[in-house]
Amino acid sequence: MIAAIYIAVAILFVVGALLTLYRIVRGPSILDRMIASDVLLTTLILAVGADMVINNHSRSVPIMLVLSAIAIFATVAVARYVSKQDRAITGAVPPDDHQAAKGGS
Amino acid sequence: MTNTGTVYPGAPEAVPPAPATRKELRWRLWVQLPLLITLVALWMLLWGTLSWLSFVSGMLVAFAVTRSFYLPPVELSGRFNPFWFAVFLARFAADLVVGSFGVAFQALGPRGITRNSMVAVDLVTRSDFIITLTSIAISLIPGSIVAEVDRHESIIYLHALTTDSDEAVIALRLKVLSVERALVRALGSAADVKATGVLAMSGPTAGIPVSPPRKGRDS
Amino acid sequence: MMPDDVLDLLAAVLLLLGAFLSMAAGVGLVRFPDALSRLHAATKPQILGLIFILAAIALSSRSWSTLLVLAPILVFQMLTSPISAHMVARAGYRTGNFRSDLMHVDDLEEVVERATRESAD
Repeated sequence: MIAAIYIAVAILFVVGALLTLYRIVRGPSILDRMIASDVLLTTLILAVGADMVINNHSRSVPIMLVLSAIAIFATVAVARYVSKQDRAITGAVPPDDHQAAKGGS
Repeated sequence: MTNTGTVYPGAPEAVPPAPATRKELRWRLWVQLPLLITLVALWMLLWGTLSWLSFVSGMLVAFAVTRSFYLPPVELSGRFNPFWFAVFLARFAADLVVGSFGVAFQALGPRGITRNSMVAVDLVTRSDFIITLTSIAISLIPGSIVAEVDRHESIIYLHALTTDSDEAVIALRLKVLSVERALVRALGSAADVKATGVLAMSGPTAGIPVSPPRKGRDS
Repeated sequence: MMPDDVLDLLAAVLLLLGAFLSMAAGVGLVRFPDALSRLHAATKPQILGLIFILAAIALSSRSWSTLLVLAPILVFQMLTSPISAHMVARAGYRTGNFRSDLMHVDDLEEVVERATRESAD
């Protein structure tokens, strides 16, 4: 019974990670990729935790700790980069709505 | 969470801290005490030991961190009600479960996603502390994310999944206001408690801004 | 049934719930139409999924001290994930990474427009 549940857990994690990977590859924007890689990292943290339960050890706690603490850095860096770049080019206006009003500049 | 300096160019710049007298220094230390205690507790949890060594080293690290990464001191209200805080935590946990599985089933369901909204909610409080806590709580509950905060007007703008009707938008606003009320009951200042209490008594839709909420504010 | 077995089964069920949320996040990432919606899919295994997994770890090791060691993980995640979600949502909105035809109400549009106009003057 419990062994079956463990196998189901592993399958669910793998399916989730593969779908996330698909979104990283497909994009389309860098933000989509960033969100997806954030989810991949979360999946990794959860899977490391699940591994501790299944194989009955507690060696991976520091890994979970460090990953959960530093997961924010990449996301914030990319988000800041994206907004800065956007301000420089389009003046922070959503491009699809307002390009026409500005005469396509 | 409350950094909106780039959106509102008219916003006043943050004032650099003035040279402090002794009394002010003591006050600042007192105000920062909860932060210091939290940092020390976190440090001791990280080491996993409750020893004097970890306590003293935690104190040193907490002082170093608060000195070198200076933040404007968080103004706490000086009020804490454990009962209402427990009520808030219980409601938050329920919201978390309902929201998480709601979004999960929406992702798996046959209809997929319908329409979303970017909703402005005019909070009652003027305290940065309550605005921040409300935004964090709302962002942690799946299905709504705070995208923008106007701390001068206490308006938070949140993106919410499946708010495809005006009723859903109003329900969302009520939800946010009720989270705010729960937080104010637990941690807010006496004035805030009064303000949100009035809001609670004067009918279910009181205090809800008509959308769009601010027309011609700058005229 | 021994209490130990019950605890192990409970831990396994918690793992299953956490893994389910993680899988649903992957499905949401693929199926949701724009970046802002996908962000919602991302936030749910981050907190509740993590709570499930941490509870399972604490149950299977059967000690309160493990719970204390695990608490900072949740604290970090609860402090950082709203900030990153906020920054991504903000950047996503500003760069137009959403489908405005899927927006029922957009209270922010006018505000951002005005701020842009003012900064352009």
